Amino acid sequence: MMDVTQPAADSEAQYCDRCGESAAGGAHAACAAARELEPPRFCPRCRRRMKVQVVPTGWTATCVEHGTRTS
Amino acid sequence: MAEILDRARAQVLKNGVGLDEAGILEVLQLPDEDLPELLQLAHEVRMTWCGPEVEVEGIVSLKTGGCPEDCHFCSQSGLFTSPVRSVWLDIPSLVEAARQTAATGATEFCIVAAVRGPDKRLMDQMREGVKAIKAAVDIQVAASLGMLTQEQVDELVEMGVHRYNHNLETCESFFPNVVTTHSWEERWGTLKMVRDSGMEVCCGGILGLGETIEQRAEFAAQLAELDPHEVPMNFLNPRPGTPLGDQPVVEGKDALRAIAAFRLAMPKTILRYAGGREITLGDLGTRDGLLGGINAVIVGNYLTTLGRPATEDLAMLEDLKMPVKALSATL
Repeated sequence: MMDVTQPAADSEAQYCDRCGESAAGGAHAACAAARELEPPRFCPRCRRRMKVQVVPTGWTATCVEHGTRTS
Repeated sequence: MAEILDRARAQVLKNGVGLDEAGILEVLQLPDEDLPELLQLAHEVRMTWCGPEVEVEGIVSLKTGGCPEDCHFCSQSGLFTSPVRSVWLDIPSLVEAARQTAATGATEFCIVAAVRGPDKRLMDQMREGVKAIKAAVDIQVAASLGMLTQEQVDELVEMGVHRYNHNLETCESFFPNVVTTHSWEERWGTLKMVRDSGMEVCCGGILGLGETIEQRAEFAAQLAELDPHEVPMNFLNPRPGTPLGDQPVVEGKDALRAIAAFRLAMPKTILRYAGGREITLGDLGTRDGLLGGINAVIVGNYLTTLGRPATEDLAMLEDLKMPVKALSATL
């Protein structure tokens, strides 16, 4: 497992991290707006559902393949 | 002035006696032009019977997702297609969350688990977690672990949990539309055990589940009958993959009317802003609610969604000249 502590760069994000659909296909403006008040749920590299822990001041989201992202 | 507001001024403001269900319904049906006067009255009631202090709380999910229940609003049910996965918080992270919460000036830290009721593993985790928090952080510990047995109630008291949250979520007549895996009466039973144990009762719900205005009044009256120490008011934040994922968000003025109505039903309770206020009310509406009956807030993030930064809420309270309740005032 990679130890990723930062979100994937835009160029690496193939999937929307909120809805899990293709980042290239379809509009994700509503997802982007919702993400202001939500942590990511899908890995942007492989669209696996991530294990997400929200705490009062942040969140961590872990993909079994691509590691952990933090707020 | 609307006749119901005259009546509320005499009964609630002067005598501290909450409105009955019919009166609450009249308040909820007031036209928009009466809203400023309604909020002003609710604020006067809050200041008279509760004072200017605001109780600040942080919450954290000890066990997220994978819940066997089917609460239709909840992204943590294992029965829906919600993307929320099951995860446990370790004890060091739990203590750190309590420390971060205390650093905001909060006096309350509520540990929450998405379960029907706690099993031995969860109770063991609670015992270890509460002990570790009490050793390291100066904050009151509350819990929300679903339906309890009498033995579990006694265990939580022994651990030093001072308040227990168990929301009825909605009124009795609408509950079967929201939850089918357990009953409103089962929740009421847990609340009675908690009350009898000496722990403070925290019980509220969510507005915007599809209930009618009449059912909203019914809910406020049922909460008033329970007479909880605290009532958290949530507004539905529709979650993807849940049966209520496409439900419309409560309109801001309706949310403010409900806040004032709940205050006029329960003049002496702690009425807390909980989830959904950010999307229902925004910044200006949040301020209006604090000037319309609310006297407690959850700061920071929620269980699976994010809130405003605590600093923004605390700055707003300072601007409103509403002091944060000190820990000594809660002991």
